[in-house]
Amino acid sequence: MRLSDNAEEILEYLWRMNNEMDKEVVNWEELKEDKDAPEIKELLDLKYISVSDDGIRLRDDGLKEAEKTVRRHRLAERLMVDVFDLKESLVEDTACRFEHLLRREVQDSICTLLGHPNYCPHHKPIPPGRCCRKAERVVKPIVIRSTELEKGSKGIVAFLHIQNSNKLQKLMAMGILPGIQIEIVQKFPSYVFKVGQTYIALDKEMARAVLVRKSDDG
Amino acid sequence: MNTRTKRKEASCHGTTDEIIAGSKRVILVGNPNVGKSVVFGNLTGNYVTVSNYPGTTVEVTRGNGRIEEKNIGIIDTPGMYSFLPITEEESVARAILLNEDSDAVIHVADAKSLERTLHLTLQLMETGLPLILNLNLMDEADRLGIKIDLEKLQSKLGIPVVATIATENKGMDNLRRAIINIPKKSDKIFRYDATIEPAITKITRLIRGNYRISNRALALLLLQDDPEINDLLEKEENKAAIDKIVEETKKFFSEPLNYLITIQRQKIINEIVKESTIAVRPERVGFRERLSRIMMSPITGLPFLLLVMYGLYEFVGVFGAQVAVDYLEKTIFGNYINPYVTKIVTMIIPWKILQDLFVNDYGIITLGVRYAIAIIMPIVATFFIAFSIIEDTGYLPRLAMLIDRVFKKIGLNGRAVIPVVLGFGCDTMATMVTRTLETRKEKVIATLLLALAIPCSAQLGVILVLLSGNIDMLWIFAGVMALVFMLVGFLASKIIPGESPLFYMEVPPLRWPKLSNVFTKTYTRVEWYFKEVLPLFILASVFIWIGKITKLFDLAVDLLSYPTSWIGLPKEAATAFLFGFFRRDFGAAGLYDLKNEGLLTGVPLLVSIVTIALFMPCIAQFSITIKERGWKMALGMAAFIFPFAFLVGFLVNLVLTTLGVTL
Repeated sequence: MRLSDNAEEILEYLWRMNNEMDKEVVNWEELKEDKDAPEIKELLDLKYISVSDDGIRLRDDGLKEAEKTVRRHRLAERLMVDVFDLKESLVEDTACRFEHLLRREVQDSICTLLGHPNYCPHHKPIPPGRCCRKAERVVKPIVIRSTELEKGSKGIVAFLHIQNSNKLQKLMAMGILPGIQIEIVQKFPSYVFKVGQTYIALDKEMARAVLVRKSDDG
Repeated sequence: MNTRTKRKEASCHGTTDEIIAGSKRVILVGNPNVGKSVVFGNLTGNYVTVSNYPGTTVEVTRGNGRIEEKNIGIIDTPGMYSFLPITEEESVARAILLNEDSDAVIHVADAKSLERTLHLTLQLMETGLPLILNLNLMDEADRLGIKIDLEKLQSKLGIPVVATIATENKGMDNLRRAIINIPKKSDKIFRYDATIEPAITKITRLIRGNYRISNRALALLLLQDDPEINDLLEKEENKAAIDKIVEETKKFFSEPLNYLITIQRQKIINEIVKESTIAVRPERVGFRERLSRIMMSPITGLPFLLLVMYGLYEFVGVFGAQVAVDYLEKTIFGNYINPYVTKIVTMIIPWKILQDLFVNDYGIITLGVRYAIAIIMPIVATFFIAFSIIEDTGYLPRLAMLIDRVFKKIGLNGRAVIPVVLGFGCDTMATMVTRTLETRKEKVIATLLLALAIPCSAQLGVILVLLSGNIDMLWIFAGVMALVFMLVGFLASKIIPGESPLFYMEVPPLRWPKLSNVFTKTYTRVEWYFKEVLPLFILASVFIWIGKITKLFDLAVDLLSYPTSWIGLPKEAATAFLFGFFRRDFGAAGLYDLKNEGLLTGVPLLVSIVTIALFMPCIAQFSITIKERGWKMALGMAAFIFPFAFLVGFLVNLVLTTLGVTL
């Protein structure tokens, strides 16, 4: 069964208090929740929390579930920042809504896509998931900006990230398209990509718009 | 000469022919820098400027050729990457396809990058125009070990495919044959996905009018938000219904439709390429590749640039401006022509006044023709030889890539190196080439900087002679010019509104310049230059002659002597400045005479050189500025440049005299 969004938010809050503030019991005023709120009842029924007059505390099952919620939230934040290049001010709000939509399969895929990151954009730790433990050796993210590739390495264009379609069209005209392999010939003073047999010079702004998967033969 | 042909010749197209009526018409299209102009030259026998720099052809060239006793009209278009245009050149090229009848369209393509080039082939096939794919640059593909199965490619595409090495005239007969057997249109249709296809069908049904390109191609362009096609269909068609389909299709996807369509086309292309490429030898890093990387890496690229500049100085500044000028000026004109002409003129014409028109201080022969032929020509010619060599090797795009970051500071991007470097040859030509820059902001800044801070070869040559033997003066001059260039550029980039430019550019392979090409190109450019310049010089002589008779000249010199003396110069320099209004190299040449007479040395010499170097280049450049940027802009620039030139001269004088510098 799925938790309601509000219940997830409460779990997340409790987990943060627990892990980052060393506060096992959170009192009602801090939580700004009513004792008889439906979310509280929901969490009580699942035995995720226990309630007393002092406040609420996470039980073992609740702790595990809360950890996953936090993980989803922080992965969502990373996704917003690393891949979607969203403005800082929008990240928090969008990530909040996004986390509730992430199912486990999807969150692991996103985690892999992002290269199993350890920290959220605000430098708080992201609790590791199953996928991270499985893939301990894979440290590099799968999809990165071409500007992060090293000189001499190759990548397959994953997608073009662009705000304006004029810029998109230019990259496409140069033959830089998803599925095409590029080699980073040079990074300074301008970027030089080798695309097929053609060399393309780009400034940093254009190069950043190209997201690549690192090729193994690179 | 009317302005239209002037403009044509300025972009160095050796032909202004119109197509002979009634002949078959062939249009050449293709990516930039794949040899369209060479193919055009082979088919017509006309020379067109060819270079190793993307976007050299900014105008449409027409010529006539004969194949099997029949007249064929050939149209060469600027380079286009995609049928959906981004740049002005692409728009121009597409407009030809949209507006002109053609019996065949030849897509001239780079054989070594099929994946990329086939995008345009497929788009052209969609238009339903009779198409021939001409795989050119087969030698370069061969060098990279790329082998293409032409038969297979031909059957996959359903259009004739002809391989050529146009620079060596190889395969041209096959191409001619393909043209004569006017190609049928391909029956192959490449399909897009299940959302886009029905939208194409619906739109094609709505289009009622008759256009040169197919409804399918129009529908695809409409789906990709092509503004020109939208305008084209606005009046004739039920645009509201079409727009609705476009909007609904867009809603299906989070990404722009042109992105999706291009990606889907890429998939089709990958299939075709896979099946029609026989072998690709694993590549090795060859000599060209290594040299190319030396030019592009900042550590080795900068010394390389200095080396190029030194070579340029030795060839143009020393050989052209000193050795050749000396010989022509002193020996040819000084010993032979001037005395001889003077003798004849004084014999035929008894009146002193009329004699002055042709000979003596400001005569047409002794001043106008002498300046043009003995001082300016050797410099311009050597510059254009050097420039053509540099251009044909493909060094300029590499320079563009190196310098992009610096140019960004002044509101330009790396692409602007071509007009700027060309400006050192001729600012008028360079101003015309600013058209290849993308945004209005860049065009304005580049035009301003060319008019102000880039001395042309003629002027530079004279300046180098004036400064010869005084290395300190040369450095101060270069420093002041560079400072003005950067400072004015920086301020202009802050003041002039508009988006900051993006830099993206194809870096073509390094190629050996062909001697014949270098010479033809130099010849066309010098010829153009002369047609432009010689009449002006003669006109200037006539003006001065009239001015002298009517005393207007003295009045103007008197007036100019005020600002001249404010910047610490002798009164005689005013004459040179007056010449400078006609052409700044003319003015500089006037300084040359003053220096020879010993009237101008040290700080005042430097100050006058700086001032005149900052003047607007010449009347020809001014008229091109009007044409490219409009009256208001051109006058505005003039109103800024002349006082500013004096201001800089004043400041240089002030600083040098305050510091007690003696030169």
